[in-house]
Order: sequence, then C-alpha cells, then structure tokens
Amino acid sequence: MGASQSAGTEHEFQDLADRTGFSLEQIGNINKRFRQLSNNEETLSREDLASIPALDNNPIRAQIINAFFDKRNLHQNETGTVQEIGFEEFLMVMTHFRPAAMGLTEEERENLRREKLRFLFNMHDTDSDGTINLEEYRRVVEELLSKAGTIGQETAKAIADAAMLEVASTTRGKMEPDEFYEGITFENFLQILNTFDIETRMHVRFLHMDTATLRCGKSK
Amino acid sequence: MSVRVALHSPTGSRSFLERGLLLLVMLIFLEGTVLTLGAASSPDISAQDNTGGGHDRRDDHRGIAGSHEHTNYTYTKKAFPVLSLDYHHIQVPFEISLWVLLASLMKLGFHLIPRLSSIVPESCLLIVVGLLVGGLIKLAGEEVPPVLDSNLFFLCLLPPIILDAGYFLPIRPFMENIGTILMFAVVGTLWNAFFVGGLLYAVCQIEGTYLSQVELLPCLLFGSIISAVDPVAVLAVFEEIHINELLHILVFGESLLNDAVTVVLYHLFEEYSGAGEVTPTDVILGVICFLIVSLGGIAVGAIYGILAAFTSRFTSHTRVIEPLFVFVYSYMAYLSAEMFHLSGIMALIACGAVMRPYVEANISHKSHTTVKYFLKMWSSVSETLIFIFLGVATVAGPHAWNWTFVSVTVILCLVSRVIGVVGLTFIINKFRIVKLTTKDQFIVAYGGLRGAIAFSLGYLLDKDLFPMRTMFLTAIITEIFFTVFVQGMTIKPLVDLLAVKKKQEAKRSINEEIHTQFLDHLLTGIEDICGHYGHHHWKDKLNRFNKKYIKKCLIAGERYKEPQLIAFYHKMEFKQAIELVESGGGVKLPSAMPSQVSMQNIQPKKLPPAVAERALPQFTKGREEEIRKILRSNLQKTRQRLRSYNRHTLVADPFEDGWNDFLLKKQRMIELEKKMTEMSNYLTVPAAPPDSPTMCRARLASGDDFKAEKAGAKVIPDPNAFYNIKASSDGVPTIQVDLASPQSPDSVNMLNEFSKRGATDQGLGQREGATRDEDQGLMMKLSSAGKEEKEEGGNKNPGLMRCLSDPGPSNEDEEDEPFLP
Repeated sequence: MGASQSAGTEHEFQDLADRTGFSLEQIGNINKRFRQLSNNEETLSREDLASIPALDNNPIRAQIINAFFDKRNLHQNETGTVQEIGFEEFLMVMTHFRPAAMGLTEEERENLRREKLRFLFNMHDTDSDGTINLEEYRRVVEELLSKAGTIGQETAKAIADAAMLEVASTTRGKMEPDEFYEGITFENFLQILNTFDIETRMHVRFLHMDTATLRCGKSK
Repeated sequence: MSVRVALHSPTGSRSFLERGLLLLVMLIFLEGTVLTLGAASSPDISAQDNTGGGHDRRDDHRGIAGSHEHTNYTYTKKAFPVLSLDYHHIQVPFEISLWVLLASLMKLGFHLIPRLSSIVPESCLLIVVGLLVGGLIKLAGEEVPPVLDSNLFFLCLLPPIILDAGYFLPIRPFMENIGTILMFAVVGTLWNAFFVGGLLYAVCQIEGTYLSQVELLPCLLFGSIISAVDPVAVLAVFEEIHINELLHILVFGESLLNDAVTVVLYHLFEEYSGAGEVTPTDVILGVICFLIVSLGGIAVGAIYGILAAFTSRFTSHTRVIEPLFVFVYSYMAYLSAEMFHLSGIMALIACGAVMRPYVEANISHKSHTTVKYFLKMWSSVSETLIFIFLGVATVAGPHAWNWTFVSVTVILCLVSRVIGVVGLTFIINKFRIVKLTTKDQFIVAYGGLRGAIAFSLGYLLDKDLFPMRTMFLTAIITEIFFTVFVQGMTIKPLVDLLAVKKKQEAKRSINEEIHTQFLDHLLTGIEDICGHYGHHHWKDKLNRFNKKYIKKCLIAGERYKEPQLIAFYHKMEFKQAIELVESGGGVKLPSAMPSQVSMQNIQPKKLPPAVAERALPQFTKGREEEIRKILRSNLQKTRQRLRSYNRHTLVADPFEDGWNDFLLKKQRMIELEKKMTEMSNYLTVPAAPPDSPTMCRARLASGDDFKAEKAGAKVIPDPNAFYNIKASSDGVPTIQVDLASPQSPDSVNMLNEFSKRGATDQGLGQREGATRDEDQGLMMKLSSAGKEEKEEGGNKNPGLMRCLSDPGPSNEDEEDEPFLP
C-alpha cells in the first residue's frame, strides 16, 4: 500500500500518526532516518539496513533485519517476506517498540502484550507455520550466542533443548514417551513468558527532537 | 566489634560476688551486659572510674597476660584456688556474645509465633524488646548506657547491612531507574531537609512555644538529619511486604543514595552552626563537597572492588580464605571512605556491586555460598541489634519532651515527604517511559521510614554547640517510632488494600533468560536502526567493553569469555543437581525442570534424540522397587567411607557425598535408561538409538553428526559403557542380561574401577588437564576432542560435574580417587 510518499506531507504524516500513535515529530524524525538509510530512495532494502555499522556487533542482526521484511509484521494474515519496504512499513515495524501509554485498561494491556510477544514470536518462527519447533529455537539461541565463539555454539544446543523441555513440561504437563511435542505455539509462548513484563520492557525511546544531525549509526 | 572490646568498664559499684550471683540470673545478667557495653562505647566517662577502681579492673582489659601478672603478685598465704571466678577477664566478649545471643533468640522467637509476625513487623517487635530490656535495667536501678553509640553503630553495625544490600543489589532494575532514584535521593532529600528545617524554625519563632532559642541553622541541621530515609528500616519493612521490584528499588535505592546528601548537609550545617552565617560561597562549596563526597565514595568503593576482584583471580589454591577477601576489602572501602568523610555507604555499595560479577566468576561455589550466608547472617544480626538498641536507647534518655517540637516534626516530615514525592514524580513522569502511578507514589511516600542512622547522627552532635541536642534526640526517636510503628505496621494492609502489584516469586526460567538477552539485543538493534543512541546502545557498548578488557583482567582462566546466558544455564543446571541430591531421588529423577517430559517428546522424529537425560524408563512397580533397593545399598556403602579431616580443606563435606551419590545414581540411571529405550525401541518405536547425554553432547560438539547414529552404527566410545549392551548388528538386546548387569552390586564397584582405570589410562597429563579444567569452576567447555574423551572417561556429565566441582582444596583428593567416593 502506501509505499510511495514522495515527500512526507503534513497530511500523510497526520494520517500515519493517527494510525500508529506516534507523534508528528516522531514520525518526522523516523522519516528523516528512513531517508538517510535508504539514501533518499522511496524504499529500503536489506542491504541498506545491513550497512548500518552499529549493527555489526549485534548477534541477532540477521533476525532483526528479517523482521523488517516479514509480511506478518507489516500486514495481517499474510506470510512470506518482501524485498523492499516503504516508509509506512518501516513505521509499522517501529510501532511494536512504542512504550505503553499511561492508564491502560487490563484488556488493552493484554492486547499490547500479545502484540509485542507476537512480534518476538514471529522473529523466532522463521518458517511461518505458527509454531517454533526445536530447530528454530536452537537457531535462535545459536544466533544469540554467535558472538561467544566456540563455547557458545557448543552450549547453545543444550540450552535450547533445556528451554524446549521447559516449555513442553510447563505447557503439556506429563507426556508419554511416544508423544511428540511439535513446537511452541503462540499460546504456549504467551504462557511461558507470563511473568515476563514485556509490555514494560519492550520499548525504545523515540525522541521528539531531531537526532539526524547527530549522525548516529550511519557512516555514509 | 573491636571498638567495644578495647574499652573499659565503669561498674565501680559491683563486686565480684555480685557478679557471681548475676551469673545465675539471665535477665539481671543482661543488665550488666548493657552497662559494660554502654561503657565500652563511651571511653571518656569510664576512664575516670577506672583510676579509682584499682588495677585489677584495668588488668582485665589488658587480656590474659595482665590478669596472670596480677594474680602472681597478690598471692601470699591463700590456698591454691581450685576454682576461681574471674568474670572481668571475659566480661566484654562475654557480654557481646550475650547481646548477639539475645538478638538471635528474639529473631528466632518471632518466627515461632506466626500470627504475631504476620501482623507486626519484626522491627517493631525488636524495638519493644529493646524497650523492655532497657526498662529492666532501669528497674534494677542501674544507669542505662548509651548502647547505640555512633562509633559502634557506624563502624560495626551498619557496614554489614549496607554490604549485604550492595553485594546483592539488583543491578538491572537499579540502573534502569537510576534517574528516578537519584532524583528522589538528592533533590527529594534536599527538599525535605530545607522544608522541615525551615518550617520548624518558623514554628519555633511562634510565641508561647518556648523554643525561641532555637536558631535557624540547628533547625536546618535537624531537618537534614531527620529527612533521610533509612536503609535499615526500609529493608526491614519492605522485605516483609514483598512489594514489586520497581517500588522496592525506588525506595531502597533512595535510602542508599541519600547518604551523600545527608553527610554533606550534616557537616555543612554543623560547621556553620558555630560560625553562624552562610555565604553564597559556602553554598557553592557545599555543592562541590557533595560531588566529592558522593563521587569520591563511589570511586573509593570501585577501587577496592576492583582490587578484590583482582585478588580473587589468584585464590584458586587457597579457597578457604576467599570469602574473607570479599569482607575485608569491602570493610576497608567503607573505612577509607569514612576517613575522608566521604560517603561510606556509597563506597560500600559501589564496592559490593563492582566486585560481585568478577568475584563470583572466580571463587568456588562453596565460597560463594559462604559469602552469601555470612553476609545474610551478619546483616540480620546487625539489624536485630540495631532495633533492640534503639529501644534501649529510648529508655536510656535523657529526654526533653516538647509537644510542639515533636508533633510539628512528625507532621512536617509526613507533609514534606508527600509533597516531595508527588512533586518530583510529576517531573520524573515526563521522562519516564513506565510512569509512576498514584498508587506507586503513595507507597514511595509512605515507605519513607526513618531509622537508626538519624538517631546516631543526632547522637553525634556536640552538646556544647547544640544545647537543644536532647530535644532533637527525643524528636528523632519519636519520628523513628512513628514511621516504624505506624507506617511500618500499616503499610502491609495498605498494600493489600490498594492491590499494589506484588513481587512475583517465580524463579527465572531459562526461557525468560533467553528472551531477556534476546530483547536486549533486539532493542539495541532497533535503536541503532532508529539512529539515536539510547540507553540500550550505551549499555551494549559498556557490556562489550567489559567483556573485552575488564573481564579479561579480573577473571581467571577462560571464564571471562562465558556469556551471561551460558552462565545462567550452568547455574540452573547446577541448581537442579542440588535439588536432585537434596530430594535424594532414587530411580526417579525429580528435577527443577519438570521431568515428565523427556527429550524424546520434543525431538523431531527425523532426528535421534540428542539428550535423553530426563527420559523416564517405564518400569513396573516391583522392578522399580528392586532396582532402587539395590542402588541404595550400594550407595550407602560408598557413603560410609571415612575421610580424614583437614582444617584447611573442606573435603569431608556431606554435600560432596551427596553429589557423588547423585553422580552414581545418574550414571546408573543413564545406563538403565539406555537399556530401556533400546528395549522399547525394539518393541515399539523404531528410530532413537540410545545414547548418554554426555556422549551425545560431546559428540555433537565435536562435530560428529547424526548420520552415523542414524545408520545404526552405534559406536560407543564411552569406557563406562563397559557393561552396556554392545550394539549388536541386529540391535536386539536380551532383556534379562540388560537389566541385571547394571543392578548387580558388583557393578558399582566395577564402574568405580573402570572410571579410575579409564582416567589413569589417559595419563597424568590429561588428569592435570582435568584439574585445570575444573579450576574454571562453572564452565562447560568442550573445545578439543582430547578433552571430550577425558570427560567421558571421567564422569558422565561434564556440565554438572564442572558446576559442582570445588577445585581448590579437594584437588589432591580427586587425584587420589578420581571421581567417586
């Protein structure tokens, strides 16, 4: 859809602000950053994101970049990936990192929680089949430990296995030896991270002021 | 403690005989205790007494040598005293012990009465006990000594509590809320001090209060003493109400960090009360002083912390004294900071927080437990003593009760606290992402308890400079009592009433840890993409710097490379192992990780199970019993082995035995399990060739792929697999043989022998390798194929074994009898 805003006009920004909950200043800042990253193109490609030098040290860099091009995070009910994203898509991904507003009702809080966890879940569930199976989970942990050298790689499997066992036992209870736990469904995911205050933890501070002049991150 | 011991006794009126009688009666005895203790803390008064008291008294304090000398030149015609009483000889340490005993017994007592302790906080009860003891002393007609002397308090009682708080400070929430905490601690305390002090002065000027002699500066001084939230009181009360982490760290952090403000204000006003005038220059100097006091305190603490961490790098051969370094360096940090009038509390906090991650990585697990227990023990005894002494000091007086002053103080403290918190939160909430709700504000305001620090500071005031000192002390005590009793007792029902979020007791699961890490990196990444450097970015930078340089210097061996997630995993594994040992599980393997699900269940069908660790073999009831019985009898045999006692090592440790039991059991289990899976494989499911977890892990690690296993070529390089069914070509084991062999009593010994032999076979060099490996404590590292082999030969579960290994002292023993008792 609206991947083609030539210049972010007031009206379009206002429209986006209404839909995403960002303030106009924040949208302006993100837009600036978007243009900076895409070299003033309409769309952003994987290479643009991969060229951010600050990301180099991030062990889960590939997963983060993938998340931006994952259709599940952009539109509802679609799977697969896209090659390029426009500003609106970029902003849509960013909405997952908005801090919780004051005075949420229980229901809103729960929805926010689900939405944020869904984002994480989608990052883990690489084949979009609705479950995180052992292979996928192992890969998550391996990536997480990818900066740790050989020790990391050797322990990653054990950790993933232990984590998977934990999920299976907390969600299924007793299992017969010939039963098979096919993977973590989203409901299970919610259950195991029940005490994990995702709604208060998964957020980034989106500044109101203009930071593009600080030249953070992008070396070009 | 040294302070008390070094000082003198004033009890000139007491005879030896009286002392002897006192020995019989515990309560009256306590009285004597108070006397000496009080005397111990006020040397000036007692010095005069002693001049008249004769040398026997003075000799007592010179220690054993002195008293011997004494008896030497007084004996003349008396018969040789078969039994003599020399109470003075042991008086001071004896009475200190009595106080500690009293405190501990009281603590014990409260928890025996569950109903009482659920209504009244412990701190209140302790103060009441103190009041009773003080009252008894008064009844006995003695002068109640000033037990809560400033020296005693600041040098002996306070440091353990603060160190405990600093060492176990939850760094993460603390740093996440550091802005808010600093705001409350600095601005809030300043506001409180000036608001209370200023308005008190105004009230004092009102005619008819008879307080017109109170000047402004003493009022401000009083305000700065009374305005600081007390960490001891806060800890005591907040630990009981189980409030959520955010609120706890806000109030507690504030109480810790406001120390610098209090110290500066205190010295500033004390200094200028004499001079009378404060110029703008003094204010600027005060601000500079504040920076020096706080930052200097942190710097001193950090230096000692780093020194401690560095020292602990080299303690691998003298594990027994490891905990001592933690305590001594921290205490030195505190004393050094106090020497320069820097904030000792901040120094201790910084020291504890800085050294902890490195020290924990370096010291053995047992030392860590020791540190933990000692800190908890000391701090709880200190806390108990402080509250009891507070009660005693209240009785001791002297008091100058002024209704106006006292009531105005209490009211002003409440009002200023509420205004301060609400006002500051209003500002803070503009910057906070997780806003503080009205409920939170209420708890923060209401949780602002005052305590013994205020009292001790007030006690420290010079009588000549401050003629109103007694009135101040009375007001301070009243305020402490008000906050501890009224607020402390009502905060719990209020928390329930307001339904404030409580602390979640659930232990952290491995999934949560994974996601904590994941989220950290994710947020850092998003910040980078967004193009502004938020706190995730800086935290990441700091972490990387820490890993790259600092850890390398401060952590011995290879452990510095270990990422947090792995460390957490090992810790968890270790905890499970301990639980397993403690529960004494036989064939059933109860573990923290619920064991109903085995690796088979989550393993995709196409792959063989890599870790069959927790799989439960399905025995019939009778068979299970039988196996258990045999196992038990074997294990008991091994347990009965005596070990020699060595003062410098900790070999004869029941836990060690337990662990070895566990290892044995686990080994047995794995063997049985193999049989069972193989059997069931044969009988029911195809696939899934059996394997021991270690081997599998090792194999996976060494890059051995599954294909070999899948093909059914069950090459088992495990020497322990001696009596294992050799994977025959058709893979059909005979059932009787399978089950019998591992159960036979001999098999334990065979295993014993075998692992020994296996270890010896691999030569001394590798044994040394093993020792070195274990030196690295909690690490699991399978870097080379050679090591893997050794591990298989040595013990079945390298991860757990390493976790539990206490390398230092027991190394030699492990050399003798490698892995089994």
